[in-house]
Amino acid sequence: MLMYVGRKLVSGLILFVTVTFLTFVLVFSDGEQSVRNNLGELATEDQVARRVDELNLDEPVITQYFKWLGDLLTGSLGRSFNSGEEVTQILGTRVPVTLSIIFLALFVTSLISIAVGVASAVKGGWIDRVLQFLAGGAAALPSFLVAIALTFAFAIAIPIFPATGYVPFGENPGLWAESLVLPIAALVIHMVANSAQQFRGAMVDSLKQDYIRTLRSRGLPERAVVFRHALRNAAAPGLTILSVQTIGLVGGAVLIEQIFALPGVGQFTIRAAIAGDLPSVMGVVVFGTLVVLVVNIVTDVLNAWINPKVRLS
Amino acid sequence: MSEVTSGLTDPELIDPQPDPPVRGRRLWRRVLRNPVGLVTVVLLLLIVAFGLLAPWLAPFDPNLARLELTNAPPFTTDYWLGGDNTGRDILSRLMHATRGTLVAILVVLVVSSILGGTTGLIAGYFGGRLDEAADWISNVLLALPGIVLLIVLYTVIGPNILLAMAVYGVLVSPSYFRLVRSLVQNIRHELYIDAAKVAGLPDRRIVSRHVLRTVRGPVIVHSAFILASGIAVQAALEFLGLGDPTEPSWGRMLQDAFTNIFVNRAAVIWPVLLIGLTTLSLVLLGNVIRDALQQSANRPTALSPAVVKRLRAEQVPGPESPFVPAQSDRVPLLRVRDLAIGYPDSSSTVTTVVHGVDLVVERGEIHGLVGESGSGKSQIALSILGILPPEAVTLRGAIEFHGEDLLADPKRMRAVRGRRIAYVPQEPMSNLDPTFTIGQQLTYGLRAVKDVSRREAKGQLLELLDRVGIKNPARVFDLYPHQVSGGMAQRVLIAGALAGEPELIVADEPTTALDVTVQADVLDLLRNLQRERDLGMVIVTHNFGVVADLCDTVSVMKSGRIVESRSARDLFAAPQDEYTRMLLNSTLDGAELRRPLAVGSGA
Repeated sequence: MLMYVGRKLVSGLILFVTVTFLTFVLVFSDGEQSVRNNLGELATEDQVARRVDELNLDEPVITQYFKWLGDLLTGSLGRSFNSGEEVTQILGTRVPVTLSIIFLALFVTSLISIAVGVASAVKGGWIDRVLQFLAGGAAALPSFLVAIALTFAFAIAIPIFPATGYVPFGENPGLWAESLVLPIAALVIHMVANSAQQFRGAMVDSLKQDYIRTLRSRGLPERAVVFRHALRNAAAPGLTILSVQTIGLVGGAVLIEQIFALPGVGQFTIRAAIAGDLPSVMGVVVFGTLVVLVVNIVTDVLNAWINPKVRLS
Repeated sequence: MSEVTSGLTDPELIDPQPDPPVRGRRLWRRVLRNPVGLVTVVLLLLIVAFGLLAPWLAPFDPNLARLELTNAPPFTTDYWLGGDNTGRDILSRLMHATRGTLVAILVVLVVSSILGGTTGLIAGYFGGRLDEAADWISNVLLALPGIVLLIVLYTVIGPNILLAMAVYGVLVSPSYFRLVRSLVQNIRHELYIDAAKVAGLPDRRIVSRHVLRTVRGPVIVHSAFILASGIAVQAALEFLGLGDPTEPSWGRMLQDAFTNIFVNRAAVIWPVLLIGLTTLSLVLLGNVIRDALQQSANRPTALSPAVVKRLRAEQVPGPESPFVPAQSDRVPLLRVRDLAIGYPDSSSTVTTVVHGVDLVVERGEIHGLVGESGSGKSQIALSILGILPPEAVTLRGAIEFHGEDLLADPKRMRAVRGRRIAYVPQEPMSNLDPTFTIGQQLTYGLRAVKDVSRREAKGQLLELLDRVGIKNPARVFDLYPHQVSGGMAQRVLIAGALAGEPELIVADEPTTALDVTVQADVLDLLRNLQRERDLGMVIVTHNFGVVADLCDTVSVMKSGRIVESRSARDLFAAPQDEYTRMLLNSTLDGAELRRPLAVGSGA
């Protein structure tokens, strides 16, 4: 098991270096142009040259990357071109917002899609048909469109929830929850549509297995057959879907943060990208890649825990 | 990679198993006959026309600003759909934006399908190193947070939406790669491909003639989903302000309207409607095409209770069985009476697979149920335990255990299942839950039927495992199913069946999946256990060797009916039925041995 996790960690590390290297090379390929974008049209050639020199942007990109990677190991992502603040410090205030969005959305999605998926696989009939129909529609709609529709309905037409803004949990947990209801709902509606269908499929497959029939023949109560055996065997495909969705959430959160003016990583990403703030952009890439890696490793470990074939080979 | 529309681009959504594909005109006719298919096709055609004809039909220049019409409400001025926050015509802008979207998603489609499709084709067809490398790259691409990368890309390429869409095409190409690769892998080993190879057809011809045909349908379906996700991504990027501000686009119009939502609510509706309708139509159309491609999509599921009730009411009792006395003084252990079983073939009709079967099994008797595959013998076995698949319908008849009809009351069936009637399945490996150890699942089973502590259960089970001939019970107890052999798994399953101390065992081809050497051992075990515990047993088999070896009485089944039923001795000595004779003659065991060659005789 430890070997298994170790192998996954190593391959995750390789992925991390590959992704950051490629984006770094891409983003820093024309440092001078970025500085020009960053300083604005009024900057003189002299200012640009000074800035390029100051930031060592004239060095070969590979050299710059390894320097960046070295700094990263010491816990630094450099300073923002815009504000001069440490990128790690900026991320420090923004990451909690985004992570709470991602985790809450993932948590709610898992609960609902397992419940709905199991119910419609076991019961079949009209529950199943209604689910299939709704899921088909909801899956087609991009989450930001759902977000706009929700804002329109529940913040403007019938103002129950705030349209925008964020209250930190520490300040006022009630308002914090209120400010997250619509954003999370928008993400969840779209995600549940997909994952409930997939969970249903996994459960249907699982319930068709020979061992389910044999377990029933031994007089096991239906509850145990469905929840202990069928659900556990449906969990592996279900986990895969949830992990794909979580990776999607990193992107989805950017849009949701923009729509609801939540001060998370997403908003920061857009600002940094438009302003050509390269260190901040790389900081965001590091955050995104780390989320993906953690999700993948957690999925692999959970999978191994569920499936002895993975764990013991 | 799938951000805004996660899952839509998930190749798993498409069943890669190609059913006999429906193609060409027939496919389209089938799609258009479906109301959802027709509506979505018409809508999509209208949207395409709306966009393509923008330069001719748009009433105004999309960037013309008439300040007096700023935020004009819809249907009141020259601006039919109203004016936006800078006094531009929403209708004209929508038309031009549609045109832009069409181009953008075309870019995504072309890049992703060509890149992913060809690599998938090559990797799937030739396999090897190439396949591994392509698979690795596709895994890396799939693991990337795509939208974030596209936003980051803006620092390098600036507001160039078509280039961004091309990059998105690269990011989603793995979905095509996986889809095509698995399809090609599936058919590459088909006999007709081998035949074509042997016939000397060059790879190029095989691919174009056989492989592409199979791949075409699922790729069309997947493309509908990719187009929908392309729309979502383009709109998202434009919404975030990463597009060209001088070009109208759905996403930018949405952003303009959204920031202005407190002043002019109506303006939000149009882009939302257009984006929503287009993506919805594409996805629904994709689903319709998929269903049309798989004829099996219409495979009926479980019937509604009302239909089942009607079907049962329509049943006519079958004729009395010539083999089983209608009444006797003694109540037998098991009596199956006029049992008929059907499977749905539409939402209101069934195909009957068992046509009124009668069967009697006494305590201490082994009854063989013989017949070709598909003759309905397993259906009878499963219905004795009430473990038929959920869509199966018991049309009429009774299963009397000690004279009580188990079919009449599900509670009664539940009360005997696992306790007094037990089941030994056919395929040992697939009948153990792979996620629990052998000990765990046996314990769950035992404790479901007997009120014993975990420790007592373990003790009893270890004894049982020892009894069924497992050498090191304590070790096997902690193993997972994939760690034991087929023969051992079958012994475990027999132990599982015995755990509840049943009076009747139903064994469905208990030795078919085993090695020949193990078969004899398992048959011996079953016989010994049966004698030891005076069990009644129903053994389903297609093997007369097993019948001769084990059974006291035999029923021969053909097409869901019993054609002959008598003691095993009589049956082998003098088979009455034509079909039984034919079955007996076709077994090799009884064939006369070939005479030895006359060595050294003369010459």
